[in-house]
Amino acid sequence: MNAPGMPNHDPSRFSYYVTDAFYADLVAAYTDWQRDDRVVDDIAVRERVRLLLEREARLLDQYRYEEWLTLYLPNFVYWVPATPDGGDPRVQVAVTFDDRRRTEDRIFRFRTGYAWSQAPPSRTVRLIGNVEVFRTASPTELMVRSNFITSEFWDNETRMLTGWAGHRLMQQDGHWLIQCKQVNLINCDQSLRNPSIIL
Amino acid sequence: MLQRSGNGGGYDWDELVQPDRVHRLIYADPEIFQRELTHVFGAVWVYLAHESQIPNNNDFITGKLGLRPIIICRDNDGKVRALYNRCTHRGTTLCRWEKGNSRSFQCPYHGWSYLNNGRIRGVPWPDGYAVDFRDPKFNLAQVPRVESYRGFIFGTLNMDAPSLANYLGPIRKPMDEWIDRNPGGKIVVCEANRLKFKGNWKLAYDNSADGYHVIYSHRSLIETEARFNDGEKGMSYYKNSPDKLAMYVAYTGNGHHYKDKRPNLQKRDGGLWAIESFHPGMEHVAEKLRAQLGARAEAVLDYAGSEPMNINVFPNLSLLGNHIQVIEPVSVDETNAVWYGTKIEDVDGTIGDDVLREINTLRMRTQEGFPNLGEVDDITNFEQIQRGLACLEDEWIYMNRGMDMPERFRTDDEGVIYGPATDEVFMREYIMKWKRLMQSEPQLTVQREP
Ligand code: FES
Ligand SMILES: [Fe+2]
Repeated sequence: MNAPGMPNHDPSRFSYYVTDAFYADLVAAYTDWQRDDRVVDDIAVRERVRLLLEREARLLDQYRYEEWLTLYLPNFVYWVPATPDGGDPRVQVAVTFDDRRRTEDRIFRFRTGYAWSQAPPSRTVRLIGNVEVFRTASPTELMVRSNFITSEFWDNETRMLTGWAGHRLMQQDGHWLIQCKQVNLINCDQSLRNPSIIL
Repeated sequence: MLQRSGNGGGYDWDELVQPDRVHRLIYADPEIFQRELTHVFGAVWVYLAHESQIPNNNDFITGKLGLRPIIICRDNDGKVRALYNRCTHRGTTLCRWEKGNSRSFQCPYHGWSYLNNGRIRGVPWPDGYAVDFRDPKFNLAQVPRVESYRGFIFGTLNMDAPSLANYLGPIRKPMDEWIDRNPGGKIVVCEANRLKFKGNWKLAYDNSADGYHVIYSHRSLIETEARFNDGEKGMSYYKNSPDKLAMYVAYTGNGHHYKDKRPNLQKRDGGLWAIESFHPGMEHVAEKLRAQLGARAEAVLDYAGSEPMNINVFPNLSLLGNHIQVIEPVSVDETNAVWYGTKIEDVDGTIGDDVLREINTLRMRTQEGFPNLGEVDDITNFEQIQRGLACLEDEWIYMNRGMDMPERFRTDDEGVIYGPATDEVFMREYIMKWKRLMQSEPQLTVQREP
């Protein structure tokens, strides 16, 4: 682990990567990306991406957070905008805008045994569909849109959380890893009851 | 068990609200909730909006006064109004958007239209009517008294209510301090973390100055904040003997109260930033600003820190950290708790655009922390109180911490009561105020433009 002031800070411990440039790059990547002329129709690529999303859904449903985190780059963002257009996280609060450390905080919190909003924990089943993959200007970067229906059983009832996710994937050592997961709940700008699971 | 009698809406309010405890019905009875919509959310000054949400003429947002749908707008002459969002023809809501800019509103049902000062502008085929549409009864109803205190807009339907300034009374002092810590005493409301829970609205109001729940309801967050063992962060003040620390709770009258943790801070620039727990980008921004601004960086970083005050303005406004929390009753056992984020402006040009942008971005991230990792546990507990209230024979809820222990309190010349941070004195006092409101018979009116 690196002390502050050293060049390579452990992103689990220190938050140095969420910089101006990081935000600017992120906002640009999530602007005007779902374009028909960029759809990837290569079945093999689409299939790999679909498998990645399905694996992510399964790992989250099974609370296997360490394995889930291996699907992500070290410097990632888990982002749930509070406005249906996604908004700009530099000037708006989001429902959630977590870097790696805060994501690990969230997981740590679940496991303290005192996270009342998740004691007992929600049971979830995630259904993913309409997976579309989009090219970007970089050959080592893809954008993915998928729709989701997450059934969440909590506090004696089952509810449905639904929307679409925008995954930003980057290729590293031949693997596609998630650099950002933007989760767009269709009711993101409305009052949410106990929004404490990782979507 | 409690019986209903003949007056004050049929309830024996002194039986329901006792010095040390309250009856379950005040949280669970739909008829009491109905009465609150007039006797509380009607009879006292209720927070409606912040002026920064409607900065320009003809800006509007929609909201609620209790359950009454309203449009809060700045009319074409710049006057702030709270119009009933209800067509005078057959009652349809006029505006279904959350915000916008419009000089007029046209009813989607038959097309009657109104100016944003509430005057009717026209109706389709008026020749089919024998009435004179200049009769004021066709103008929109509006909240007769709308006043602002330093950007915070309140309204009441009660012509007998005191002025807003008098109603707020001594709670203005902590409000002023909360406002004035920002450059030029200015904040701008931005998006919100919006939560809801299946519980009575008072469960949220009981909670926000409650220093007693922190160590346990927020235990998961306290443990999370301490997971790297690097000093006092966030809520760590509550760990050992919170009542022995300098922080305190104060009841200022009319149901208003606040908890003030500022006396625990180190008295220096950066003292607030020093206890901030972990947020995305914080080390990067802090290092960058320190390199850029030197010693001045500490005071700037404090703008992104969460002000350690919980200021509660009865019945529906709380200033918590940098948030403006608005409590919206939905039904007797359903409530929205909307945590509006705020950002600062470089009013006197001393911060500079780049630094302002960085600090506001960081402020967005610090504001997301508590609703995500803390408030969800509280609202879960509020819901579980509501569930516990189903135990019909187990009728009482206690608010007696610190009671009959006069050595724990001090009262100043203005009648403000100060006590240790975990005390329930503010709860006992505000609920007495609530009881007096519920016992009263307020005259509520709406106004229409002449
Ligand atoms: S109800 Fe509005 S025009 Fe008829
Ligand atoms: Fe709390």
